Amino acid sequence: MAAITPARRAGWATTNLVVIALALIPVLWLVSLSFKTPAAVLDPSFLPAQWTWGNYHGILTSAQFLRPLANSIGIGLISTFIAVVLASMAAYAIARLRFPGKSLLIGTALLIAMFPLIALVTPLFTIERALGLFNTWPGLIIPYVTFGLPLGIYTLSAFFREIPWELEKAAKVDGATPFQAFTRVIAPLAAPGMVTTGILVFLACWNDFLLAISFTSTIASRTAPAAMQYFSGGSVFTVPTGPIAAAAVVITIPIIIFVLFFQRRIVAGLTSGAVKG
Amino acid sequence: MSANTQTVTAGASVEAPARRKPQLSEGARAERRLGFMLIAPAVIVMLAVAAYPIVYAVYLSLRRYNLALPQDQKFVGFANYGAVLSSSYWWQALEVTLIITVFSVAITLVLGMALAFVLHRTIFGRGTVRTTSLIPYGIVTVAAAYSWQYAWTPGQGYLSALFNNSAPLTSHVQALIVIIIAEIWKTTPFMALLLLAGMSLVPDDLLKAARVDGATGWQRFTKIMLPLMKPAILVALLFRTLDSFRIFDNIYILTAGANGTGSVSILGYDNLFNALNLGIGSAISILIFICVAIIAVLYIKGFGTAAPGTDIGKR
Repeated sequence: MAAITPARRAGWATTNLVVIALALIPVLWLVSLSFKTPAAVLDPSFLPAQWTWGNYHGILTSAQFLRPLANSIGIGLISTFIAVVLASMAAYAIARLRFPGKSLLIGTALLIAMFPLIALVTPLFTIERALGLFNTWPGLIIPYVTFGLPLGIYTLSAFFREIPWELEKAAKVDGATPFQAFTRVIAPLAAPGMVTTGILVFLACWNDFLLAISFTSTIASRTAPAAMQYFSGGSVFTVPTGPIAAAAVVITIPIIIFVLFFQRRIVAGLTSGAVKG
Repeated sequence: MSANTQTVTAGASVEAPARRKPQLSEGARAERRLGFMLIAPAVIVMLAVAAYPIVYAVYLSLRRYNLALPQDQKFVGFANYGAVLSSSYWWQALEVTLIITVFSVAITLVLGMALAFVLHRTIFGRGTVRTTSLIPYGIVTVAAAYSWQYAWTPGQGYLSALFNNSAPLTSHVQALIVIIIAEIWKTTPFMALLLLAGMSLVPDDLLKAARVDGATGWQRFTKIMLPLMKPAILVALLFRTLDSFRIFDNIYILTAGANGTGSVSILGYDNLFNALNLGIGSAISILIFICVAIIAVLYIKGFGTAAPGTDIGKR
């Protein structure tokens, strides 16, 4: 390898800075907007001339944002939990057991992963209205679980295949049933993979907009991304830019926390199902 | 062997189907049973919430069904498809979707490759760069879309001010460019991570050997890295193309489909929630589904992309 000259160092430093700036500027712009006063919103300078907590105070005391935020968290967590449990069971079967119809299952999951969501909105909307699921938590949880499953099955079966077979055999030799071998030996070893999958599925639920605006009609079940467009300004004539920016920042915070703490896992999870030599 | 027993004893014919295959051992049968039990919940959910609705959508698409006139329902054959396919709205939406898909995927591929290269090769700060570049991937698309929308609003946004107070979101071509930029910003990190995984499989020795043999950096990239990365590139492109074809959130927030910037997903949504026409809306759904299937088949059969997950069953 060539020696690391100061010029090379400077070159990489510049490159890194450019990448970081490009990634962060749109996010920082939201942060800046969220601290601008209603009057200063109409000033295009990047940083606020006067800083205010007013926008955050406004949205964090309003049911119009708090309720959707609670919906987002609740619906996201429940969907993630169910999807990870069901996907773990299926992925274990795919990675470890011999049974017919395996490739059909993988094919179905693949089909659903590639599905254009909008194609399901019309029929699901009709079905949910008929079953009384429209504008309820289960009305969003059920489709979220469904679309989390393919992602979960891919990611988890990749993780399960890394777990050494021998441990499971040893457990069976010691008299464990296949079910015990799964819950006592494999599941704890698979926990990191389940956490990764959980994060990816949660991010997908947290991010969803199309289903959230299609299957909800009030803040009873509307999630945060879908609720933002219904914010109102101080009067009919003011645009709610500040509150929307503040809400956007609030729903971005969990993502930044996930990324900071779990970046290795997220990267491993994203690439596990997709790239094979 | 089992066929013989079948013909000899008449009484055995009831159990015959089970015996046609070589006898499974007790353990293998238990394994099978457990396998079916474990996949059953996932399969049932996927069939009920994805497969059934698509079949139902086919049925709806063959009927006249407007929510505003719920009594007036009737089987109309392919009339809804005829109405959609002869409408300029569908073709314009398809054109917009294809333009956004082609440009955003192509540019994302180039930028993603560059970012993957930086993540692979940078001599310091790799963790920081990787963490930062995950933020656009993770951020809620709607939140990012608001950022772009405000940035391009004249008198309010820094980008608009930078470009002489322009209002790009009010013109067709410029609005499409802004939408494409928003897509690229959001999806480049994902592309880069997929490419990076492929890039790290390229053996260093090979590159060193090429360097000793006098290959330039560009030659090493095009003659060694690209061919070895081809499977990773194709899978990344397949993912991104299908994802981009479904574009909805960015357009909904940025322009809501104004000035001819609506994608096929926006068209389907508008048809359901503004026109309340379930028949036409379902026909649009099925047509989008067919488009996506064509793209997937093109990639998998045409370019030989390994369908993600196909290797899972091999072990």
